[in-house]
Amino acid sequence: MSNDDINGKSTATVSTDMTLGEQMRARGVSRRSFLKYCAAMASMMALSPSMVPRIAAALEKARKPSVIWLSFQECTGCTESLTRSHTPTVEGLIFDSISLDYHHTLQAASGFGAEEAREEAMKAHYGKYLLVVDGSIPMKDDGVYSTIAGITNLAMLKEAAAGAAAIVSVGTCAAYGGLPMANPNPTGAVAVSDIIKDKPIINVPGCPPIPVVITGVLAHFLTFGLPELDDLGRPTAFYGQNIHDRCYRRPFYERGQFAETFDDEGAKKGWCLYKLGCKGPVTYNACATTKWNQGTSFPIESGHGCIGCSEPKFWDQGGFYRALSEGKLGTVEGLAAAAGIGAAIGIGSALLGRSGQAGPQAEIKAKLDKDLEAQK
Amino acid sequence: MTHAQTALSGIPVFTEAAPTGNVSPLLHEIGHALTRLAATGEPTVIDLRGIPMAPGEEDRIVGFLGRGEIEARLDALGPSEIVETAYPGVWLVTHFNEADEVMAKFVEVATVPTLLATPEDDLHDSALRLSEALDRALSNEQGN
Ligand code: SF4
Ligand code: SF4
Repeated sequence: MSNDDINGKSTATVSTDMTLGEQMRARGVSRRSFLKYCAAMASMMALSPSMVPRIAAALEKARKPSVIWLSFQECTGCTESLTRSHTPTVEGLIFDSISLDYHHTLQAASGFGAEEAREEAMKAHYGKYLLVVDGSIPMKDDGVYSTIAGITNLAMLKEAAAGAAAIVSVGTCAAYGGLPMANPNPTGAVAVSDIIKDKPIINVPGCPPIPVVITGVLAHFLTFGLPELDDLGRPTAFYGQNIHDRCYRRPFYERGQFAETFDDEGAKKGWCLYKLGCKGPVTYNACATTKWNQGTSFPIESGHGCIGCSEPKFWDQGGFYRALSEGKLGTVEGLAAAAGIGAAIGIGSALLGRSGQAGPQAEIKAKLDKDLEAQK
Repeated sequence: MTHAQTALSGIPVFTEAAPTGNVSPLLHEIGHALTRLAATGEPTVIDLRGIPMAPGEEDRIVGFLGRGEIEARLDALGPSEIVETAYPGVWLVTHFNEADEVMAKFVEVATVPTLLATPEDDLHDSALRLSEALDRALSNEQGN
């Protein structure tokens, strides 16, 4: 990470005018390194490897954008996640390819210096900078529950959003309100999109979002501009996949083999976690294939169901350990029927998704709903 | 982070996992790509990370493909391994970052994997630098 950027001195540094390709050549990054980077990015963005030449061509021409990162009502988990991104992007390239002009956790400057850097960056790149937000915004009592340098989050967001080209809401709190908004929402927390209505907003939910998904979205913005979004404002390239569709425990689900407790035979054999409250069937995220901790595994692989962290209001969905069917039916009777659903669609659909096309999630959801409905 | 990984793999956890059923379709996909390469010369790249795999399945694919005659190592933003499998034309390409963590894994069905060939952009520059180096060497000799 280049220190100048984060110190806030660099507001209008050298390279905003150079294209990324020029910058990389100037820094002695070889063509092979660049192509390798593009291949890793394609994999990260869940794009077909055949897109690599296009990514390379687009990145080559991209210019270093100024990024202002505001942290509101949050736990810093999202920033923690970001700094653990294991592709070369963050350390070596993305952070060198973006000009991170303000991030109060990562920057060296503090106090007045930091706030000045923010104001300077906003002025210098007005209308062009990318605004990244993590954390929700408290609205109750004029927003006094969260302030930075005496400025309420609400006021700071409005001011910063006015000059932004686009906003990226990182984490479920910024995207949908998250934990601060969970019942009874004592601070009146809301999402960025509840306040800002006149700017493109890209939601990157997750509690936290997968590190490479955060950098992937930034990379996507650099390469192709605004990504295609689903109806919840999430980039389909990363959130087009249903956890259940891509879950390696799916064959058990289809055979109706479920773990009933966390230490029974089924749990030891790696059976499906549906009855233990897995929210995989209604959750869209890249965990099942991108995985966590440098690609080591994802929660279901560690024996815990998905809690649906990339979906709105996931804290208030009736309990992490209650089966989805219980939520609707109050019993687990619907399970046997629900277990049959997958067979028709088959695991082969998972192979489809790889090329970047969304799997038949809508179809699965509809079927699931219908089956559960039929149980009533 | 390399430490964390070493520590993780050091934990002797054994999980039984049901096959996803993706191993054999993937191997067939590779087979079809190979036939296509032989017939038309058209190469294919498959992203191994894009497919759900139960623990151990990737190893089964890699094991099935075996190892062939060529093993190359690329040093660019961390190492990359480019290995020809026992089936000529089928390559395994693994990209690591500087901390030796796997960033991406591809099966490339091609006569030469893209990253092994010299990039055209570099050729012009390379020829120029070589002739400059020769000139320098020559003038040094004459100077002596
Ligand atoms: S219910 Fe959960 S554990 Fe079971 S197959 Fe679906 S995502 Fe996997
Ligand atoms: S498995 Fe589910 S709860 Fe866990 S990180 Fe992924 S989306 Fe979030």
